[in-house]
Amino acid sequence: MNVQAWTFLCVAASFALYIGIAIWSRASTTKDFYVAGAGVSPLANGMATAADWMSAASFISMAGLISFMGYDGSVYLMGWTGGYVLLALLLAPYLRKYGAYTVPDFVGDRYYSQLARVVAVICAIFVSFTYVAGQMRGVGIVFGRFLEVDINTGVYIGMAIVFFYAVLGGMKGITYTQVAQYCVLIFAYMVPAIFLSLLITGNPVPQLGLGGVDQASGMALLERLNGLHQELGFAAYTSGTKSTLDVFFITAALMVGTAGLPHVIIRFYTVPRVRDARISVGWALIFIALLYTTAPAVAVFARTNLIGAVSDTPYSDVPEWFTNWEATGLLAFDDLNGDGRVQFTGPASPVPNELTVDRDIMVLANPEIAGLPDWVVGLVAAGGLAAALSTAAGLLLVVSSAISHDLLKRTLMPRITEKGELLAARISAAVAVVIAGYFGMNPPGFVAQVVAFAFGLAASSFFPVIILGIFSRRTTREGAILGMVSGVTLTAAYIVWFTLMHPELNNADHWWLGISPEGIGTVGMLLNFAITTTVSRFTPEPPSHVQVLVELIRIPRGAGSAHEISA
Amino acid sequence: MSEHPPGSHAGERPSVTDPLVTARHEEYWRRNIRYVGILLAIWFAVSYLFGILLAEPLNAVRLPGTGFPLGFWFAQQGSIYVFVVLIFVYVRLMNRLDREFEVDEQEVA
Repeated sequence: MNVQAWTFLCVAASFALYIGIAIWSRASTTKDFYVAGAGVSPLANGMATAADWMSAASFISMAGLISFMGYDGSVYLMGWTGGYVLLALLLAPYLRKYGAYTVPDFVGDRYYSQLARVVAVICAIFVSFTYVAGQMRGVGIVFGRFLEVDINTGVYIGMAIVFFYAVLGGMKGITYTQVAQYCVLIFAYMVPAIFLSLLITGNPVPQLGLGGVDQASGMALLERLNGLHQELGFAAYTSGTKSTLDVFFITAALMVGTAGLPHVIIRFYTVPRVRDARISVGWALIFIALLYTTAPAVAVFARTNLIGAVSDTPYSDVPEWFTNWEATGLLAFDDLNGDGRVQFTGPASPVPNELTVDRDIMVLANPEIAGLPDWVVGLVAAGGLAAALSTAAGLLLVVSSAISHDLLKRTLMPRITEKGELLAARISAAVAVVIAGYFGMNPPGFVAQVVAFAFGLAASSFFPVIILGIFSRRTTREGAILGMVSGVTLTAAYIVWFTLMHPELNNADHWWLGISPEGIGTVGMLLNFAITTTVSRFTPEPPSHVQVLVELIRIPRGAGSAHEISA
Repeated sequence: MSEHPPGSHAGERPSVTDPLVTARHEEYWRRNIRYVGILLAIWFAVSYLFGILLAEPLNAVRLPGTGFPLGFWFAQQGSIYVFVVLIFVYVRLMNRLDREFEVDEQEVA
């Protein structure tokens, strides 16, 4: 069997599994559709959260990104895991106790205001759509590269699968397919990583191999890589080039953004009890940490391999994978000095660099670089698809519930029947799939910036008002609305200014205090906190039933399953 | 399991009007805030302090027995391990606190 056949087999088998699960776990009530009947075990929810969270970007791009950024890549590693501590300690148990179906639900009730609810709905839909477009694109790219079908055809296939289990099964179908998708994606990620670690360091655990000894040179692996970097004129791998302040702000924006993303928060509505919500965050982070502590190891292995294989090698002697990937345009060699050798050098080197490498190759080409069997390549394709599809489904559910529940049931048509609401939820999920597919095929030219935007927006809108809604009884409707609007406005304006209107000014010399657009969400969040608390002090205190509500949220007893508290 | 704070009904919402109960709840909340404060201080230290602000000086030291510069290790490995531990410590502390203050959830049949 060749690579193509293996890939087809792995992908088809995993898709059959997802469809089987979808049929088995159909949703019959709105409660099934929105929160999987609030009957998911904490461990299963942890796995589902991990799959929900880890997108095509985590699976395909992150290790490559770190490989090129070195220490600076830490912002993603800490930023995309540290938010779970905030979730467990500050958000998940209380939101579970409140027992709403959606994030705008909580915001609207806690701040006794339809306006607050609508602002939250808009933020939730915007954040989720920007994110989902990238996932659909990821599905198309994996199909395109591994199965050699057209990217658009890949997007259609992805849409059909997600349509099937998201529209039919709602949160219930999504949850159990995500559990399966986690298993597929983590297996696909770990197998090549373990092989690589054994090859390079002789240690089967990549996390230990990273701190181990490079077998070829007998030196510590990181020391060897730093040495290679110095020789070739790159910055030391373990030091990085971003300013400390910027690293600080980006990390904070990603952490807080993670804790404020609606598709992550709603996962903790699906467990039976408050104590389950707490421990479920712990399980989720264990499952995520498995990939996130492996990624930096993969990054270093791939970097060392790449330099070792190509640096100063005569072009006629480069390995086979080099020419294979050259054909895709993701790897390019331009013999500037005409000596027939590959010069791969950094900015500090007197010799001009002749090699351009697309960072996504680092994970996708790993099995080939390490000479692994063909079935591993098929596995990586199935893993990438699992990562993209699971995240897309979670995001689509947020969009559909924001429309059918928050907008229709809670705002426009309070008399809608249970059956009518379920139908509305299915229709909006279906429409959302189609729109997401459209953006997947016609991506806006600024997908990368848009992801930073989603985090900045979540950090500067939801996080502060949810925290204050729980931890400060005195926080008022006026404070929350002004806080959300000003936080989002500042963040959005800064990002739009630098990435869309004046991309030529987007560098450290022009940034305010040296804070990049990726890190500005932290400033937006601080502004939101400041404005919400200040305005709350000068406006009439919340009505007594809301203050009672806050008291009740803080005590686990009496949670029951997710339901609507009539405030 | 059979004992409940005065004024509350088994398995239902605890009272928020009984001053005795409210005082207990406030003490429970203070303890919770203290746990959260301590754990978040550690959270901040391992990531922002050791992994970012002090990463440069810490890189002069190796994590004993490995090839990791210490600041780099905190930023790309250590902080993540500590995050996991923090959550499970909080889960234990809170499960105990819930029982101590009799605000834990009754078993759902």
